[in-house]
Amino acid sequence: MASNLATAEGAVSTAPDFAARASVALKDAGLRRKFRRAMDGLMTKRAAQFPDADAWTSLRARGSAIRRRSLARLPELLEQLDTRCRANGIQVHWAETSADADRIIQGILTDHGVRTVIKGKSMVSEEIHLNDFLARHQISAVESDLGEFVIQLAHETPSHIIMPCIHKSREDVAALFHSQIPDQAYTDDVDALTATARRVLREQFASADAGLSGVNFAVAETGTLCLVENEGNGRLSTTLPPLHIAVMGLEKVVERLEDVPPLLTLLTRSATGQPITTYVNFISGPRRQGEQDGPHEVHLVLLDNGRTRIFGDSQLRETLACIRCGACMNHCPVYTRVGGHAYDAVYPGPIGKILTPQINGMETAGDLPHASSLCGACGEVCPVSIPIPNLLVRLRGEAAHRDPASTVKGNGARHSSLEDLTWRGWRLMYSIPLAYRLGTRLLTLVGNAMPASLPMLKNWTSVRTKPQFARQPLNVLVRSRGIDHE
Amino acid sequence: MIPIPDKPDTVYFFGTCLIDLFYPEAGLAGIDLLQRQGIRVVYPQGQSCCAQPARNCGFAEDARAVARNQLRHFPKPWPIVVPSGSCAGMMREHYPELFAGEPDEAEARAFADRVFELTWFLVHVCKIAVHDQGAPVRVTFHGSCHSQREMGVRDEPKQLLRDLSNVTFVELARPAECCGFGGTFSVRLPEVSGAMVADKVADIAETGAAEVLSGDCGCLLNISGAMAKNGSPVRARHIAEFLKERCYGK
Amino acid sequence: MSDARAAILGRLRTIRTAAAPTLPDWSVTVPEPDRLKSFRERLEASHAEVHASTSADWPTLLADRLKARGNERGAAGGSTKVLFAPGTDRGRQLADAWAGQTDLHLVAYDQPVETLKDVLVHGVDAAVTETRGGIAETGTLILWPSSKEPRLMSLLPPLHVALVRANEIFGTLTEAMTAQKWSGGMPTNALLISGPSKTADIEQTLAYGVHGPKELMVIVLES
Repeated sequence: MASNLATAEGAVSTAPDFAARASVALKDAGLRRKFRRAMDGLMTKRAAQFPDADAWTSLRARGSAIRRRSLARLPELLEQLDTRCRANGIQVHWAETSADADRIIQGILTDHGVRTVIKGKSMVSEEIHLNDFLARHQISAVESDLGEFVIQLAHETPSHIIMPCIHKSREDVAALFHSQIPDQAYTDDVDALTATARRVLREQFASADAGLSGVNFAVAETGTLCLVENEGNGRLSTTLPPLHIAVMGLEKVVERLEDVPPLLTLLTRSATGQPITTYVNFISGPRRQGEQDGPHEVHLVLLDNGRTRIFGDSQLRETLACIRCGACMNHCPVYTRVGGHAYDAVYPGPIGKILTPQINGMETAGDLPHASSLCGACGEVCPVSIPIPNLLVRLRGEAAHRDPASTVKGNGARHSSLEDLTWRGWRLMYSIPLAYRLGTRLLTLVGNAMPASLPMLKNWTSVRTKPQFARQPLNVLVRSRGIDHE
Repeated sequence: MIPIPDKPDTVYFFGTCLIDLFYPEAGLAGIDLLQRQGIRVVYPQGQSCCAQPARNCGFAEDARAVARNQLRHFPKPWPIVVPSGSCAGMMREHYPELFAGEPDEAEARAFADRVFELTWFLVHVCKIAVHDQGAPVRVTFHGSCHSQREMGVRDEPKQLLRDLSNVTFVELARPAECCGFGGTFSVRLPEVSGAMVADKVADIAETGAAEVLSGDCGCLLNISGAMAKNGSPVRARHIAEFLKERCYGK
Repeated sequence: MSDARAAILGRLRTIRTAAAPTLPDWSVTVPEPDRLKSFRERLEASHAEVHASTSADWPTLLADRLKARGNERGAAGGSTKVLFAPGTDRGRQLADAWAGQTDLHLVAYDQPVETLKDVLVHGVDAAVTETRGGIAETGTLILWPSSKEPRLMSLLPPLHVALVRANEIFGTLTEAMTAQKWSGGMPTNALLISGPSKTADIEQTLAYGVHGPKELMVIVLES
């Protein structure tokens, strides 16, 4: 069973485009059942946290404005963050590319003779493919978040940004632990599996030479890194080892400490339906004189990796407001049916569909903006009001049109002359009243004779019967019924 | 909530291209329902399409050219009533962005502010009172994503159905979930779209309804086509047609 | 590296942005009479144990609770080892109150973690800390670790016992931050704790004690 699923996962990620990967995923009834159940649960939990429409509106407005202020003042806030952090004793590094970030982190670790680094959960570390890079430099990165630990054992990538092994059943995890962890008898009891993870990872926490974490919010006012978690591994990896490296996307900075409470509550309620996480950790520096614990050194790596490019476009800049709650993918009818691996990207779901093409380029990810029916469920729940459907449409345009003035990576990579011609033809018919009236008359006369094997029609009829054209279009019928037409 | 205008003497009717080609009887029913409210209905012959397909695919230039045709043909300051939440949403919510920075931006905004979805207009502006003359029937309703999320139309059509005395209205288990149409999405990603419409059809079947009604013809084409392919006996119609028939006969 | 900083800031600065929007009003409150109740209910819903006591009695209550637990679990011989902070007032009070205890053994966290690591990771059953108050809205403890009360106390042992003054329970985090003037000076590590450690990563099924304490006991000091 476990090996079948592994094959399915592998097959999903290596197929050439979203459509092909989705096709594989859709055939996996187990995957679909797991995701449907998981997403239903997350949607219900979130809804229970926002029972009052006015309270939601007011909180969301505050959080949205806080994130827009961060973006409007981004360079000053980053400078202030840098200054305050350094005054607190945190060493700050700036990385333009993902490779730069890998090198900086590896450099710090090598300087300190680190062989094993224990990781709290960090999507940015996935974005820069840190674990693989470190492995090539003989540094072992151990995931300590239970979900990440599971997928690390399985040699897979996360399928959701908050719940990385949401695609795995307890039997999958049981089999994995039994085969990968020494002296682990098979058990699918969740408490027992959890206890095993605790036991195995506790040794790692105690012996690791360094800890690596992400950052949920970085407060410029006080030079404070704010991290949220339920398990305690984030606190352990940033407290026990003598060295702590935090890596974050540069858009995560906020102005003031008082900005944290509304964003925090939006994040936890939207992500997992909790009013607050078990632990909220505010780190403002390394161990001070006289303190008995905490790392001796704390480093902060600020990552660009295309964010300044995204920032350059006033509409697409909205992408950077994201606080990585995952509510968009929890509510997405497409994500629910195909799961995270079908996107073949670090960030899946709606946020992934707008972020990935902008970071990786339209050449490889230009089909992602089309992986949407534009239903708008994502935009409706986004706690910081990112207009995701509008950004999807914008990116579809960027994929299809080459524009020298555009700053979008790989714009025009999905240009098709056939598509251009089709829309030109459509435009002619629909913008000229006479052409439209003649065209609709013609379609009602002969449209039903069109064979179902025609390209677009074929895709339609794979699922539905051919649409039936009416005998006469409305524009003719209103004339014959004497309806006023001015 | 969109501000409710006073009940006018005259309205424009924007038929929509899908109704033009596939469901003209729904268009006629919509016009009839408005006329019976004592409103003069004007159907400009020059109208065509709200341009949503091109806009959604990122072809803004082509979309604007077609949208301009609509701006041109609804010149008087009358409300524009639309038997589709999706087309209404395109014109009300997206024309302002589509025309941002264009010379006719002001005209587009003025146009957008006059756009209303049919059932919302009947309920809030006409304060329609329905009197059921039909035989008992069990129905359900599928509201399009854009009618709900862009035009704020959630309960209006259902309230109309509940007000029909011989109609048993049953809610879907997932009334806010997309049916999988999404315009060109249905042909670009037919398998994903197919999975979504299959779930919607199963939901409809679970309600035990004899008919599913909708305010949007894109959804109707999608759902009715999928039901027909599966040999389902459930009938799918536009709510305007259903209302007209129940209240005033065929 | 400073080149990267200059390049990144340089790029950001060349881009014109609209003026930063003003923040719309937003405030949430928990009326004072409801705070203690909300605090307690939220913590209990999160699987924490909450007891009421007084400034004078809590060491006795804690001793009784720990011994009762020891009996329930059929303690595998030996005393319950409790980590404490000897440099704090509460720590000194505890040491005095438990002077005669034989089943409860206090372990001082008064040396660096490097020296005490084994004891901290494997050798204590519980730790007792103060708090800087609580938050009613979410059932949360505010911890402000210091040189006297190190941060691992509330993390490593399987049971964390926290003392909260009833009159220091704020309605919301915003209220606490404002009243306590957090922005005037943050410690190395400030913490909000709202229950024992947990996860729902395996089939969205809740399990406790993943990495942090499996149990949290809160003693509310009503006077």
